[in-house]
Amino acid sequence: MIASDVLVAQNVGFAIIAALMIFGALRVVTTNNVVHAALWLVVVLAGAAAQYILLAAEFVAVTQVMVYIGAVMVLFLFGTMLTRARIGAEKDLNNKNWYIGLPVAGLLLVTILIALKDGFGDEKMPADADLFTVAQVSDLIFGPYLLPFWALSFLLLAAVIGAIVLARRD
Amino acid sequence: MFVNQFLMLAAILFCIGVYGVIVRKNAVLVLMSIELILNSVNINLIAFSLRNGSADGHTFALYVIAVAAAEVGVGLAMVLLMYRNRRSVGLDELSGMKG
Repeated sequence: MIASDVLVAQNVGFAIIAALMIFGALRVVTTNNVVHAALWLVVVLAGAAAQYILLAAEFVAVTQVMVYIGAVMVLFLFGTMLTRARIGAEKDLNNKNWYIGLPVAGLLLVTILIALKDGFGDEKMPADADLFTVAQVSDLIFGPYLLPFWALSFLLLAAVIGAIVLARRD
Repeated sequence: MFVNQFLMLAAILFCIGVYGVIVRKNAVLVLMSIELILNSVNINLIAFSLRNGSADGHTFALYVIAVAAAEVGVGLAMVLLMYRNRRSVGLDELSGMKG
């Protein structure tokens, strides 16, 4: 009985967070203000972090908050600030081809949803799953997945050098 | 909790991101839509990780987060360069490669 109560609470939490995330995502792609889009993106990213906690992934949730909401959003706001003469509503943020974008996104959504319904149906998550510990994740990163980790380090180095070379003024 | 509810949430976010990439003209907003897409992929990875009971998905979600951070850094540097050269970040004005 206690377990079913917890599951009901989880489902209600999932529904609220999911609704917030979808609304925020829609605002990101429809709003007329770049700064507002960045702030709605924060809602979506924080909601994703909450879903990770629901899915027993605490380390990824913390990383999401630190990297995305901490670092990437600051980068976005800086980018907005540096490429914009004024901060406010604008008219010409969209292309004229929404009549291409809407059918493409809608068809993709319908296709994926049908495939998911066929593929997974009523399959349930394991109800009494343990929390994934940081030790488990780090054992994987520094064990079997060490080579991608090295590649990623090299990629980050290349990105840092590339960003400096691109943005330097001389 | 069903497996499908997380996968469907990720699918909806993915399609909203695709719509944003197609429709938006401002380069910064296109980068934000790409972030939406990468996040939906991360939700999928974490959901399958819980379903299969292994932490492999967590590892790859962390890698995706790192790649997204690198992508935003380089992407915003490119947008900045574009703004410096053309005084605009409209993607439809980048027609220099058209014959």
